[in-house]
Amino acid sequence: MAWIIFLLLSVLCVGSVAAMIISRNQAHNALFLVLCFACLGGIFGLLDAAFVAVVQILIYAGAIMVLFLFAIMMIDLKKAFPPERKRIVRILSAVLGGVFFIELILVARKALLTASGPAAAGAGNAAGIGHLLLTDYLFPFEITSLLLVAAIVGAVTLAGKKEPS
Amino acid sequence: MIPGPAFVILAVVLFVLGVVAFFLKRDLLTQFMAVEVMLNAANLAFLALSHPQDRAEAQVIVFFILTVAAAEAVVGTAIILHVFRQRKTVRTEDMGGLKG
Amino acid sequence: MAESFWLIPLIPGLSSFVLLLAGSRFSRRWISLQACVAVLASFVLSAAAFVRVLGTPAAALGKTFLAWISSGVFFVPLALTMDPLSVLMCLVVTSVGFLIHVYSIGYMAEDCDYSRYFGFLNLFTFFMLVLVTASNIVLMFIGWEGVGLCSYLLIGFWFERPAAAQAGMKAFIVNRIGDAAFIIGLLFVMLNVRSGDFAAINRAAAGGALAPGLATLIAILLFVGATGKSAQIPLYVWLPDAMEGPTPVSALIHAATMVTAGVYMVSRLNGLYSASAAAGQVVAYAGAATAVFAATMALVQTDIKRILAYSTISQIGYMFIGCGVGAYAAGMFHLVTHAFFKALLFLGAGSVIHALSGEQDIRKMGGLRKHLPLTFYSFLAATLAISGLPFFSGFFSKDAILTSAFSSGHYAVWVLGLLGAVLTAFYMFRLFFMTFTGSERLSEEARHHLHESSPVMTVPLLVLAILSVIGGYVGLPAVFGVKADAIGRFLEPVVGSVGLGFPAALEWNLILVATAAALGGLFVAYLFYIRYLGLPGRLAGRFPGLYRLVYGKYFVDEIYDALLVRSAVRGAEFVYDHFDLPVIDGALNGSAGAAGAAGRGLSRLQTGLIKDYALSFLLGVVVFVGVILFWAR
Repeated sequence: MAWIIFLLLSVLCVGSVAAMIISRNQAHNALFLVLCFACLGGIFGLLDAAFVAVVQILIYAGAIMVLFLFAIMMIDLKKAFPPERKRIVRILSAVLGGVFFIELILVARKALLTASGPAAAGAGNAAGIGHLLLTDYLFPFEITSLLLVAAIVGAVTLAGKKEPS
Repeated sequence: MIPGPAFVILAVVLFVLGVVAFFLKRDLLTQFMAVEVMLNAANLAFLALSHPQDRAEAQVIVFFILTVAAAEAVVGTAIILHVFRQRKTVRTEDMGGLKG
Repeated sequence: MAESFWLIPLIPGLSSFVLLLAGSRFSRRWISLQACVAVLASFVLSAAAFVRVLGTPAAALGKTFLAWISSGVFFVPLALTMDPLSVLMCLVVTSVGFLIHVYSIGYMAEDCDYSRYFGFLNLFTFFMLVLVTASNIVLMFIGWEGVGLCSYLLIGFWFERPAAAQAGMKAFIVNRIGDAAFIIGLLFVMLNVRSGDFAAINRAAAGGALAPGLATLIAILLFVGATGKSAQIPLYVWLPDAMEGPTPVSALIHAATMVTAGVYMVSRLNGLYSASAAAGQVVAYAGAATAVFAATMALVQTDIKRILAYSTISQIGYMFIGCGVGAYAAGMFHLVTHAFFKALLFLGAGSVIHALSGEQDIRKMGGLRKHLPLTFYSFLAATLAISGLPFFSGFFSKDAILTSAFSSGHYAVWVLGLLGAVLTAFYMFRLFFMTFTGSERLSEEARHHLHESSPVMTVPLLVLAILSVIGGYVGLPAVFGVKADAIGRFLEPVVGSVGLGFPAALEWNLILVATAAALGGLFVAYLFYIRYLGLPGRLAGRFPGLYRLVYGKYFVDEIYDALLVRSAVRGAEFVYDHFDLPVIDGALNGSAGAAGAAGRGLSRLQTGLIKDYALSFLLGVVVFVGVILFWAR
């Protein structure tokens, strides 16, 4: 049962990214990406990370992609975008991508082979994450809030009123 | 039970697809979206590799990555909008101001 | 006070340092005072050391500053020593040096580079004193090189004059050739004796520790260095040209002190030279040949300083005769008397040149007796001394040398020495008569400022004249009995004694022969330049080729130029064109060009486009991960 869900979700995921690559319409790209993130949320759920799965859908698929869609609307380009023209870039990216893929598989194999360690008890829920966030990872937690403030201020400044040209 | 390697392979595939997408596209926004794909693939890899041990640290890390990615997306989008207003284009080939 | 003998070189050294760095800010009065007092202080300390050494002849004073070089076999301490030989040299250098410093106050009064002159003069004094007080051959070589440097600096003192600048270079380069041989000899010494200390070298040579062939080789190599420094055949050619420098410089460096450094060196290493009979022969014959050869050239020169230069070359030949036959004390004795009368001759010549507003050609002088009386009388004293006429200092010292040559069986050397004595008397009195007696052949501008020099210049002349007269009495010949050969006995701890036991009658005969030779030369000069004034001209007319040969200094300079200098210059130009420019400059320019090209090439990566940068990222990451995968364990 889990297998089927996994296959379905992963095919959808990869397929939507592939479609994103193929499609020339920016809005279409964004929507495909929403689909991808939603499927990823499902996969996270399969991995017993319930909290993260929900957060993924809420924030990534919900907030960030909506932000992208708004940006697309504001940019409002009429023409479509053909893909990369220069042959050298296409070839090089294909070659390097292939090599990279192989390398990463090898690394993954190594990582999986040396996987070990005791299983901690009942950690995948919100309570467990919250506990960690406020004890061991308190400092990053606080810094992240600072980061968010900085991002907000930056965004407001940058995208604010049009400067008089 | 779904074997662990499957998830990892999926993560790798997604990551490489994101890389390829970055190079095959010419408009800034879509390239930015490809970066988001890469980030998500990384998240998936974290969770997949920590799944056997079932620890919460990986999820905490994923949480942080998510937050930072959100902040980055916000600021990035703001910059792209700004650039568009200035140059009326989002084609990356037209943005060679750092040449030399 | 004698314990602080190590201050003797240091005081002038310190003074020169100050003068060269900051002297242009001092007043002339202060510069003169400082420079002269520095040398005077050294003289006083030398005198104190002399008294001490006189009292305890066997125990030499020594002072080691630090172990300068310590590298395996090569151990060289910075150490000075004060034994009879070095204290004698110190006295000579500081006394004559002091008088010449005083003289220079008057002679250089109108020169703009006053502080530079005295700075260099003090610097020379420093190096010379280091040379004579060094306890090992390497430290002596430092002084050796240092005086060569000062010679170059002072010959080319008026460097804006091309002749002076070239003369300075010639002196330095010819010296360098000699020094090359010296250094090779020095290295042989260090390798075989395992020490540069003079005492050790003499002991090793005398004790047979050195193979005879090796001792000869070292002795000859060092002597070649001495021929450069002391202007003997074949490296004498720089000394006549060196007369381009100021006259006090010629007096100090090229008459009294630096050129005698070679003689000092041979005397210092007497163990080595006595151990090798062949080397002794080389030294003696080289000295004798030079003595006669230079004397012949002095016969026909017309520049007052050049005559004195050739005379110096000739007289140093005598000193080497003394050392070569084993009578080192005799050679040193002549060094001392020569310092007095040669310095006096040069200073007197300087006085004449000064009075005649720069005239140096003796054909345009004459009759100066009534105008420059003090100069006249002191110059006469010096001329009598150098000619070896009885009761003057030169007589005793020359006699000591000739007697030693004869009694040690070197008859050919003795004959050459005698011939040289005749020629010496002749050309010196030629110079004297043409300059001071006879009719006045002066030009108008020379007559303009004709005046006796100021006391600051004439007092040193008088002091030196007195020394030229009485200086000989420290070396009375053996026939005078008990008081004889004080200088020989003084130097005995260092140079050994010759121990000549020959009948008194023989010695008296030798004295008479030498005196006759000198008087003969004087008489012929009288005939040529007082009595029959047309005689020299007619004689030159009868043998025009011979005259031109001798007047042209046997064309030695031209031969050297054609044989050696031209090919050296051409070789240097070849190397410059084919190695210096293409290889060295090429490498330098090439590396600069390569750096530029690399920069230009690399900057093409900076296209400004994000995608290109991203490609580089990807490439880097791929390589990095690959490395981790396959190499890192």
